Amino acid sequence: MPEVVMPRLSDTMEEGVLSRWLKKEGDTVRQGDVLGEIDTDKATMELESFEDGILEKLLVPEGTTVAIGQPLAVIGDGSGTARPEAEAAVSASASSVPSTPRASAPPVPKPTPAQPASSPAPASADARPDASTRRLLSSPLARREAVRHGLDPTTITGTGPGGRIVRADVEAAIAAAETEQPPVEEEPQSTGRGTQPDQPPSSAQASVEIPLTQMRKVTAQRLTESAEAPHFYLTVVVGVDALFRFRSEVNERFADQDVKVSVTDLLVRACAVTLRHHPQVNSSWAGDKILAHQRINIGVAVALDEGLMVPVVTGADDKSLNTIAAQTQSLAEKARSGTLKLNEFSGGTFTISNLGMFGIDNFTAVINPPEAAILAVGAATDEPYVQDGELRSRRVMKITMTSDHRVLDGAIAAAFLSELKRTLEDPLRIVI
Amino acid sequence: MTSEQTTNTVITYRQALHDALRNELARDKNVILLGEEIGIFEGSYKITAGLLAEFGPERVRDTPIAEEGFVGAAIGAAMLGMRPVVEIMTLNFSLIAMDQIVNHAAKIYGMFGGQTPVPMVIRMPGGGGQQLAATHSQNLEVWFAHVPGLKVVAPSNPADAKALLLASIRDNDPVIFLENLSLYNTKGEVPNVEHVAEIGKAAVAREGTDLTVISYSRATTVALEVARQLAGEGISIEVVDLRSLRPLDRETVCASVRKTSLAVVLEDDWLSYGIGAEISATLMEGAFDYLDAPVRRVAAAEVPLPYAKPLELAALPDANDLIKVIRELLDATGFTPAAAEPLDSAI
Repeated sequence: MPEVVMPRLSDTMEEGVLSRWLKKEGDTVRQGDVLGEIDTDKATMELESFEDGILEKLLVPEGTTVAIGQPLAVIGDGSGTARPEAEAAVSASASSVPSTPRASAPPVPKPTPAQPASSPAPASADARPDASTRRLLSSPLARREAVRHGLDPTTITGTGPGGRIVRADVEAAIAAAETEQPPVEEEPQSTGRGTQPDQPPSSAQASVEIPLTQMRKVTAQRLTESAEAPHFYLTVVVGVDALFRFRSEVNERFADQDVKVSVTDLLVRACAVTLRHHPQVNSSWAGDKILAHQRINIGVAVALDEGLMVPVVTGADDKSLNTIAAQTQSLAEKARSGTLKLNEFSGGTFTISNLGMFGIDNFTAVINPPEAAILAVGAATDEPYVQDGELRSRRVMKITMTSDHRVLDGAIAAAFLSELKRTLEDPLRIVI
Repeated sequence: MTSEQTTNTVITYRQALHDALRNELARDKNVILLGEEIGIFEGSYKITAGLLAEFGPERVRDTPIAEEGFVGAAIGAAMLGMRPVVEIMTLNFSLIAMDQIVNHAAKIYGMFGGQTPVPMVIRMPGGGGQQLAATHSQNLEVWFAHVPGLKVVAPSNPADAKALLLASIRDNDPVIFLENLSLYNTKGEVPNVEHVAEIGKAAVAREGTDLTVISYSRATTVALEVARQLAGEGISIEVVDLRSLRPLDRETVCASVRKTSLAVVLEDDWLSYGIGAEISATLMEGAFDYLDAPVRRVAAAEVPLPYAKPLELAALPDANDLIKVIRELLDATGFTPAAAEPLDSAI
C-alpha cells in the first residue's frame, strides 16, 4: 500500500510544511492529481499523487512540518487498512531522520536522505568514511598528470593508501587508453580517450553503457541547476490564424528578397517586443539579488544528438524580422555542425523552446538557468469554438511559460503572457 | 673540487676543522679563538691542537666556565672589528649563552641600523649516541635556525666542514657552526687548495630518480649509506645534504623532489617542529603538484635521550628506520624497481 512522502523539492530543502490538503480521506485519486500544497522555505509547491487509488488516510494535519521522506498519507485500494507503522513513523517525524525507503514506497519522489554537504575530512588515515561519501583521493602529481593527459580522475582506480590515485595509476590508465582505443570513427563532439565503452555492444547484454559526451554532461548539469529554481507554469491558448496568414504574406511578398520567416522567428520577435514592457521577465536570479538585463537576447533551443544547444539572438527587439530569420537559420546550422562560438550561445535573457514541429500539443520546458523564464511552444491545431451561436473552427497554439518564482510572481508572468498572446494574435504589433 | 689540477687528501672531519681554523688564524690577524680549554688543553675534542703554541695566547684564549660571558665578549670584539671564533664545549652549554646569541649577536646589526655587523662564529659539537645522557646529547639546531639574524650551518663531511668554516669566519653575520660528535673521526677527501663554500647552498650528495632523502650533518651519512644499499635493489635514491639550515636552500630541495616526486626527511632532532617540518612545508609551497605521496619524516624519538646504550640507539633514527619509510612510500605509489645496479664500492 503506497505511502505518499514529503518530496524533496529543492537542493536545499530538508523539511517542508504540509500547508493544505486539497483531497480528503476516501477520495479517489489518480496519478498526477494534486493532493495538497507544501510550503518550502522558498515557495509553495504542489504535492502530486504518483498512484491511482483511494486516499485512505491523511497522516499529518495541515500546518505540520515534515522531514523529507516522511509519510504524509496512504493511498490504498479502499479496504481501509492503513499501515500502522506508517502512523508510528509520523509520530516520530519531529526528528529529521528520513525513514528508510521501503520496497513498496512510491518510486518517483525517492526520499534521498539529505547528505551533509561535505563531511569533515578525517583526521587520521584509518578513520575514513565509506566509499559513497568519500572524496576522491589522489596525489597532487597524479591529479596533475591526469589533467595533462585529459583523463577524468574519477575513472581511474587508485591503488595507494585508502585508494589514493598515484602516478602509477594514471600511467596505467594512459597506457590502457592507448591500447584500448578502438578503431571506430570518432564523433567530432566526443570527449576523447578514456571514455570509450569497455565492451562493444552485444545483443546478449541487457544494457549498454554509453559514455557521456561533454555536451551531455553540460546539459545534465545545467538542467540539474535548473531544478533549484522553484518553477511554476502558466499556459495560454493563442489563436494563430492571423499569425499564420501574416507569415505567408510576408514570405510571399518578399520571396524575391529571399525572406523566409518561420513561426519560431515570429515568436522570437514577438517575445522580444513584449519583453520591452516587462523588464522583470527579462531578468535573472543571482543568488542575493536579481539582475535586470538591459538587452533582450532571445535563446532558441535546438535539439542535437549530443544534447541541447541554445543559440542566442542578441538584441532581438532591435532587429528586423528578416534579420532574425537569417540569424536563427545560421545559428541553428552552426549548432548542428558544432561550430557555434561562445558568444553565440551565451548571454541569453529569455529562451523559446518550440516542439510544435514534432506535433507536441502542449508541454512545459525546463528553465535555462540563470534566466527567469522559458516559453514552451506547442503545435498549431484546429479547434472548434462557438461564436454568435454558431460552431466554428480556428487554429490555436498552446504556449506555456515556465517561471522562476524567485524572480517572477504569478501576476507578473501572467501579464507578460497575456500581452504576448495579444501580440501574436495581432501580428502587426510584431513589426513595431 | 673536481677540477683536474686539484689534488685531494683524505683527512678526518676533526682535522678539516683544525685546518680551517689554522688557515684563518694565519690569513687574518683579526681572527681570534675563544673557549673553555681550547688553549693549553688543546680543546675537549682536540680541534685546536697546537694553535696556542703557534699563534699565542692573544689569538687563542682560554676562557673561564662562563658561556654567557665569553660569548658576550666575543660579540663585543666582533663589533670592534675582530673576527672571533667561539668554541662552546658542547651545544648543550649554549643554552646558558642563549640571551647573548639570540638577543644580541643576532639582532645588533638590525636593531642599530646596520651600524655594525657582528662577524663571529660559534662552533659547538652536539648530537647523541655517545652515552652522555639527556642534557648532554641534544640537537637544538631548530632553536638557532628559527632566529633571523643568525646563519646556521651543519656540514656532514670533512670537505664541507673545512669549506664552510672558512666561509663562516669570513662572513659578516654571526654564524652558528654545528658539529656532530659522531662525525669527528669520519674521513673524507678534502681539496688541498683553499676552497670556500657558499653558505646557503645545499648539495645533491648523490643523484637518484626514485625518491629524495633530505638530511644534514650526521643524518646525511646514514642517508648515503641507505642510498648505496638500495641501489643494489634497483632503487635510485637522491640524497640532498642541506649543509646550511639558515638560509635554507629551498630551491635545491624543491628541484630534487620535482624530479623524484617522493620525499623523506631524515633528521637527528626531535620530530615535532623540526627541520623536517620546515622542509615539508617548503615542498608544499614549492613542489605540491609534483608530490606523489605526503612528505615523510624520520627523526629522533620525542624523549629526553636515554643514557642506556640500547635505549639511546633505539631513540635515534638509523638506517633501518629510514629504509622502512622509504619502502612504505615506494609501495604506496606502486613502485617497481629497475634492474638492480651492482653495489657501489664502499668508500
